[in-house]
Amino acid sequence: MSQAERTFDRLAARAARDLPQQQIIRNNIVTYDRAFDAGRQRFADWQAARTRCHAIKAEAIAHLDEHLLQFEEQVQARGGHVFWAETAGEARDYILGVARRHGVRLAIKSKSMVSEEVHLAAALQAAGVETVETDLGEYIVQLRHEPPYHIVTPAMHLRREQIAELFHRELNTPPGTESAEELAGAARVALREKFLTAGMGITGANFLVADTGMVAITENEGNARLTFSLPPVHVVLTGIEKVIPRLADLALFWPVLSTAGTGQAITCYNSLIGGPRRAGETDGPEEFHVVLLDNGRTTALADAERRDLLHCIRCGACLNVCPVFHTIGGHAYGTAYPGPIGAALVPLLQGLEGFGHLSFASSLCGACTEICPVEIDLHHHLVRNRRDMASKRLRPASERLGLGLWRWAASDAGRFERAGNLLRRLLRYKSAAVREGSHLDPFRPWTRWRALAPPAESFREWWRRERAGQPGRAGKGAGN
Amino acid sequence: MAALTAAPRVAIFIPCFVDHLVPQVGQAMVQVLERVGCSVDFPEEQTCCGQAPFSTGYWDDALPLARRFVKLFSGAEAVVCPSGSCTAMVRRFYPELARADAGLRRELAGIGPLVFEFSEFLVRRLGITDVGAWFPHRVVFHDACHLLRELGVSEEPRQLLRAVGGLELVEMAEPGECCGFGGAFSVRMSEVSAALGERKVRNIEHAAADYVTACDPSCLLQIGGILSRRGGRARAIHLAEILASREGAGQSA
Repeated sequence: MSQAERTFDRLAARAARDLPQQQIIRNNIVTYDRAFDAGRQRFADWQAARTRCHAIKAEAIAHLDEHLLQFEEQVQARGGHVFWAETAGEARDYILGVARRHGVRLAIKSKSMVSEEVHLAAALQAAGVETVETDLGEYIVQLRHEPPYHIVTPAMHLRREQIAELFHRELNTPPGTESAEELAGAARVALREKFLTAGMGITGANFLVADTGMVAITENEGNARLTFSLPPVHVVLTGIEKVIPRLADLALFWPVLSTAGTGQAITCYNSLIGGPRRAGETDGPEEFHVVLLDNGRTTALADAERRDLLHCIRCGACLNVCPVFHTIGGHAYGTAYPGPIGAALVPLLQGLEGFGHLSFASSLCGACTEICPVEIDLHHHLVRNRRDMASKRLRPASERLGLGLWRWAASDAGRFERAGNLLRRLLRYKSAAVREGSHLDPFRPWTRWRALAPPAESFREWWRRERAGQPGRAGKGAGN
Repeated sequence: MAALTAAPRVAIFIPCFVDHLVPQVGQAMVQVLERVGCSVDFPEEQTCCGQAPFSTGYWDDALPLARRFVKLFSGAEAVVCPSGSCTAMVRRFYPELARADAGLRRELAGIGPLVFEFSEFLVRRLGITDVGAWFPHRVVFHDACHLLRELGVSEEPRQLLRAVGGLELVEMAEPGECCGFGGAFSVRMSEVSAALGERKVRNIEHAAADYVTACDPSCLLQIGGILSRRGGRARAIHLAEILASREGAGQSA
């Protein structure tokens, strides 16, 4: 068992007993659920929208190479730069290089999960570039020195009083300042100076529009607009899978992303950026860079079974509906992408060895697959990841032996019955010998939380006693 | 699907944990099936559908069990199972297991559609909603994940419950939210599984139900195990047991 897996298990188990924390998450989710339900009603046919989104993303990914080249060509034609980063390190180095060339001391960032994936802010800070998050939720978690909790709502795990206390400590707001308006106002004042003095603005991308060569950014706070229009240099850091074939596809993807992400019909701001400031324009950066990150995505692309993981538009709906996410929260996963999409995708991007255990963090309830607006086969991918772990011998030998024994026993009815009878009797004797659920109970992982009282007689035994040799009522099995 | 002729012959599939942990579920299902006119056959060679190795990732161990199941039940008029999850294993997951086995895929195309979850069989296949049961209690129905999302069965069990004499069917909050069982998940991530189960139980208690019922005995082991540990009023019972009940029969509803 890897260190990462042990840490995950410990954090998950601890979070599972923290009901007040779960209540904060649930309260947020209730608000989201209501908005999402109402949002879906605005569509003439939400299911048709999902199917269409799935088809468009499938088309985009099937011709990913062509779409990306088309995108690059047009960005370059407008004077922008496109850098293809194979690894997280290459992406970091390129952006650091841009920052150095311009003598950047302060960079501002809008929300980007890819920047979390490559640990960009830490790399910039280490190189002496102060990096400030400008999305309010991201700003809050940055002040707390923690990673985002959720890919859309990074500070959803916090109560307003915690934020008030944080702002009092970090931004000198008067004690007891707890209204959302006042807190947001305090952040706005603190961030305004950063916006005006930053040498570089870093954003993510929600979509890369292939036919027009544009970056589409969805947001609610207007911070992304300031981030890409005020500083002299704008760097977009994005995964290669964000591509959509046509500008017209946004007519579907914008409302679908907003609805699934927050329940909004459309978010407050949606921007399309095609390059640096042109002659005669009054705003926009002098330099424009797009970093297209692979970092394992082409592994997913080569995997016909799981290629649809590249359809993901990072709406967060699968996190919001996942009972495991509700219970263990976003930080336990230890990855930029938590919840079902993280559990399915990260082992593919970053290796089953280090992250495959996340695919076991699911009861396979399927709520994620049911909700996904682009119809990713999420929970079945978790099983496929488990399969690959087993076949690559990345699971404990005891588990392999156990399931092998199960197969051996279940291959013969008599053997299977004897094994079952033995186990049942063991359970019954055990109940008499030790207190159920105590540390002496060998079935403690089950009985610690749940009672278990096996009967004296199995179904088979009953059937034989009651039914065998009673032709007319029921005969013996076809296999006998 | 057209209704069968009178007295269809039914082969029952009793999941391994039902056999040894909750045999009363299988017994109740036999009673109900016979009451509605089926003749019931229990092929004694049956063992396990293979879901445990499948969902843990050991597909090489699951595949021979899938082949075994298909061979054993091929030729049956209908196969009925008191578990949505094991039914989903056969109908939804066997085809994936059989990807590289054209022979098995062909056999599956024949037998797969004849494998039914119990409530689904009664309502969709036989067209029966009233089986003449009596059960004068306040009951909530838990939508088990595989039944709801893999098989799309949710209304059928409720129709059956509404037809039960004396029974008051109420809805709990989040009826389709996972109880946390999840097979090996229940012991692999024991605390998380229990936390989900406890949430389910709070919803059941909040609905002031006497009983929680479901079509999946595995969920009921989880929910019932927690209920019984908490010592509350509500108890877990399989749909088949309610449908087999004649408690208070004949009293005015």
